[in-house]
Amino acid sequence: MPSQTTLAIEATGLAKSFGETRAVDGVDLAVRRGAVYGVLGPNGAGKTTTIRMLATLLRPDGGSARVLGHDIVEDADAVREAISLTGQLASVDEDLTGRENLILIGRLLGLRRPAAKARADELIGAFGLDEASGRLVKHYSGGMRRRLDIAASIVVTPELMFLDEPTTGLDPRSRNQVWDIVRTLAAGGTTILLCTQYLDEADQLAEGIAVIDHGRVIAEGTPGQLKASVGLGALHVRLLDPARRPEAQAVLERGLEAVHLEPDPAALSAPCSDAGRAAEAIAELTRAGIGVADFALGQPSLDEVFLALTGHPAEQASADDTAGGAS
Amino acid sequence: MSEAPAGQATAPGQAADEAALRAALASTARPPRPSALSATLTFGWRGMLKIKHVPEQLIDATMTPVLFTIMFTFMFGGAIAGSTQEYLQFLLPGILVMSVLFTTVYSGVALSTDASKGVVDRFRSLPIWRPAPLVGAVLGDTVRYLCAGTVVVVVGVILGYRPEAGVGGVVAAMLLVVAFAFGLAWAFTTVGLVFRTPSAVMNGGFMALFPLTFLSNAFVEPETLPGWLEAIVNANPVSHLVTAARGLMDGTSSAGDVMLVLATAIVLTLVFAPLTSHLYRRRS
Repeated sequence: MPSQTTLAIEATGLAKSFGETRAVDGVDLAVRRGAVYGVLGPNGAGKTTTIRMLATLLRPDGGSARVLGHDIVEDADAVREAISLTGQLASVDEDLTGRENLILIGRLLGLRRPAAKARADELIGAFGLDEASGRLVKHYSGGMRRRLDIAASIVVTPELMFLDEPTTGLDPRSRNQVWDIVRTLAAGGTTILLCTQYLDEADQLAEGIAVIDHGRVIAEGTPGQLKASVGLGALHVRLLDPARRPEAQAVLERGLEAVHLEPDPAALSAPCSDAGRAAEAIAELTRAGIGVADFALGQPSLDEVFLALTGHPAEQASADDTAGGAS
Repeated sequence: MSEAPAGQATAPGQAADEAALRAALASTARPPRPSALSATLTFGWRGMLKIKHVPEQLIDATMTPVLFTIMFTFMFGGAIAGSTQEYLQFLLPGILVMSVLFTTVYSGVALSTDASKGVVDRFRSLPIWRPAPLVGAVLGDTVRYLCAGTVVVVVGVILGYRPEAGVGGVVAAMLLVVAFAFGLAWAFTTVGLVFRTPSAVMNGGFMALFPLTFLSNAFVEPETLPGWLEAIVNANPVSHLVTAARGLMDGTSSAGDVMLVLATAIVLTLVFAPLTSHLYRRRS
């Protein structure tokens, strides 16, 4: 039974070219039902083209994909019945009011007029758009437009929602609002495919991430796995008194290897991914009477992960530096 | 992290939002998908709303016909027919046709404008009858055609035009012109999806419409023209439309004239509506 498959999205070798440009060059994806899955990549990596194919807006040149068990080409109508799309350009009608937009979508999804109106009012309240509901959308702020856009996507709760760069261009407060909405949607059981170029956004929301570059998936996994695949984290320590750094280095070297003196005269660091060992090392410092101003056990940031994965010469050079420091 | 204080500052509002949001999410069962007719009418309603919000867009459809009627009557009336009054009797059905046909370009311009916006992606991702957005928009535009046509007739009557077939003849002529416009609008919606910008559609549309309307019998009797031009004018479908509309308003129409116009409208629709729909679906 197609509808009982546990995968919301399964794509194999999905490809699309525009003229000479191979926008998507063999993308494989497997997204569990109920998951928030991030597709992470820079502008022009092929994220939007991938979403547009999965949402039945573009016909792939190669490969195949099933969305909620339905083939995106053969059974496009069944796919459309189960998904909703929040595109990169706001997918709302700028020349109508917010309320009219929601009524329009409700009617097009098959709600009768009174039901469509009631649903529009309910969503306007839930998304904090009461004051703006009678205004034309072209006068909305970016954050309001995004919220309306997402509200339009859940007039009828979709099984799968595509969110294409939902917070691009938003101020931090609006971004947090959108994130809260996404979390609430996910908690309600909706599968979400989230395209983003913000690493912290994927890290905050997604349980799985595919990193995409030049139309290909170059890495895939949980945020933690991605970080681990790039390298260990590090313990960073900053002392109250820089004069005691040599002493601190000796203490740390009892439990940790390759303790490294940072350019900051009060700071040291050592590769470490084990919180227990890190805590022990800090405790040793305290027992030795060396005051610690600040310490942190950091995994490499997703930014570092991305740069390492896309492998530009600059990143290779810094990888060599790390190797040199370790030896 | 820097988000934390901001998050706390807005926490009470967000908590309320979240409860409302959960409630909003919990309350929807998917209704059966709408019929083709219902989806089409919904898009027609969308067109009406746009006119409601931007009534200025009707100025094009109303002022131009007023100007045409007044200018043509008083500029050419004496020269062409000996008197403005006599010319008005001849001219008014032609001006009616011209004004309404000019309005059809806006169907193409509107679609071109739409196609550059993200909202089309949402429409195309909905489980609705595929051509509904297009058919609905063109149906909505017929309201505009009716406005343009009504303005011409009212101005004509004020200037002294008297339809010999009375109100019934005028209404019949108007419906025939709108039916033809519905067919022609599909040609412009096709252009609307082929040309890249709305202004290119507008320019291209008027470039096509000027010869189509002027090289017809709307303004002069074809017998007064050189033979080669007379042949062109007599073959022009707009001439057939003007002949039929004039006949209906004068009470001298033949069923053949009317059928020819309706057949042209049907052929235009059958050729260009599927073409528009195809381009709309394949748009990337």
